[in-house]
Amino acid sequence: MSETAIRPKLVAASAGDRLRKAAPLLLAPVMALAGLIAIADPATWLTLTVAGLAMGLMIFIMASGLTVVFGLMDVINFGHGAFVSVGAFVGFTVLAWLAGWTENPAVIMNLAAVFLAILASMAVTGVLGLAFERVIVAPVYGHHLKQILVTMGGLIVAQQLIHVVWGPDAIHVARPQSLRGSVIVFDAVIEKYRLFAVAIGLVLFLGMRHVLRSTKVGLLVRAGVENGEMVEALGYRIRRLFLVVFMVGSALAGLGGVMWGLYNETITAHMGSDLMVLVFIVVIIGGLGSIEGCFIGALLVGLLSNYMTFLAPKVALVSTIALMVGVLMWRPEGLYPVVKAK
Amino acid sequence: MADPLLTLSGVHTHIGPYHILQGVDLVVPRGGVSVLLGRNGAGKSTTLRTIMGLLKPSRGEIRFDGRLIGGTPTPAISRAGIAYVPENMGVFSDLTVGENMQLAATQGAFDATRLSWIKALFPPIATFWEKPAGTLSGGQKQMLAVARAIIEPRRLILIDEPSKGLAPAIVTAMTRALGELKETDTTILLVEQNFAMASALGDTVSVMDDGRVVHAGDMAELSGDAGMQERLMGLSLEVHQ
Repeated sequence: MSETAIRPKLVAASAGDRLRKAAPLLLAPVMALAGLIAIADPATWLTLTVAGLAMGLMIFIMASGLTVVFGLMDVINFGHGAFVSVGAFVGFTVLAWLAGWTENPAVIMNLAAVFLAILASMAVTGVLGLAFERVIVAPVYGHHLKQILVTMGGLIVAQQLIHVVWGPDAIHVARPQSLRGSVIVFDAVIEKYRLFAVAIGLVLFLGMRHVLRSTKVGLLVRAGVENGEMVEALGYRIRRLFLVVFMVGSALAGLGGVMWGLYNETITAHMGSDLMVLVFIVVIIGGLGSIEGCFIGALLVGLLSNYMTFLAPKVALVSTIALMVGVLMWRPEGLYPVVKAK
Repeated sequence: MADPLLTLSGVHTHIGPYHILQGVDLVVPRGGVSVLLGRNGAGKSTTLRTIMGLLKPSRGEIRFDGRLIGGTPTPAISRAGIAYVPENMGVFSDLTVGENMQLAATQGAFDATRLSWIKALFPPIATFWEKPAGTLSGGQKQMLAVARAIIEPRRLILIDEPSKGLAPAIVTAMTRALGELKETDTTILLVEQNFAMASALGDTVSVMDDGRVVHAGDMAELSGDAGMQERLMGLSLEVHQ
């Protein structure tokens, strides 16, 4: 085919299309600005904004695995909350073993204890994810109703196992010494742990983005979300890829569990299932299967929850659901709907 | 026919409750272009999907180079040397043209000579290498789909209606490109409704109807016999030209 036979010409995206694609990126800054106007006190606003970002990023960590698992294999995993709870309890156990490190005034010892707790949680929930996928999810591929039922069942079993191992009561989790208390920034009181959570969340998001954009595995995941059949036709085993993604998603949920446990300073067997409401809201707002959408959705939910708790505590309970309804009325398939091959 | 590359013997395929392929017998010789013709719903695309392992045959035998591949997982069939260009092109619209090509290069690095040849064959591949594939036109997507299938040497390429929905000028260009591809060692099994394209490229032809192959022979023979076309296809193929 010669150059003269076909003159290559790209279909240029219209200004409207470009704006439509970029609009969701503006939502979080717009919400932060609206929060500043409504709260009217910059110091309070800064405190709430950092709290909102920390909360949003922790939810993002938990939700990212769920959304990719759905995008890649159309699997609705209601058992995802089990990994959050198990992660929190494993993290608590490791921190309890390392009490000497967490009570040590040296920052490095405190951080080492937290990172070891995170690593142990991710390892346990990753392996648990492998077993969950093989035993519970694999037999019900392609059957959404069965997936909901069996993954809910898996969640209940996991919660009961937590009761057996750690007991039925809520457990207090003490933050390491250097993550307790607050710092004053521009007259705003900001909890040190929230800054730590924001840092971990951002590093994870950037790492995840790098993997998805710049590595072959990332390309395969993105391609698989769009058209798994074609990925197989190119010679890749998508089931194996899915298994890896499921394990990583479970491990991230475990990491989210540790972070959330330290944030709330209390953990329970049902904390994961309680959080699933927020996690599903974030995944739906973002567009099922979209990491970028999930990230923006999580920030919106985190910021809105914190602003509304300050401005109108009674409304705060329904604010995130109202946000989801609003987004779906604007974009029925979420902020960044994943285009599935037909 | 001596030692064909691909044979289907009595292949049946069900999709849910529907019995689509009802005993397909098909022989694809080594080299050249074998064309699969037939009306809409005759089972042509299902035949390609069954060969590729995307649908599991409920009965019958599929042999590729003498080896049984019926029911084998799709990735294994791909690695055996069969590439597939589906009717919907299967282009990953979120990925750039380059990333689409990179995924198809399963050995890792590109063969520079082969990539240059492909870029000369399909100029938009080079021009839009960094652009998201979703922004390409229909014709450009079709070129990407075929380019992706041939980025590594394949023994058999299954192409499903490459002319569908394309402007006549693009169809002519695509016919020329496939003609050039035909001169290589690759064997092509082409499903096509555009008879002009099919007859320009085809060496052998099989006609399907109601989930079975009802005629197999030389393309030249069918092209030159309007009566046979009328009888096999149920309508004059002239209207497709």
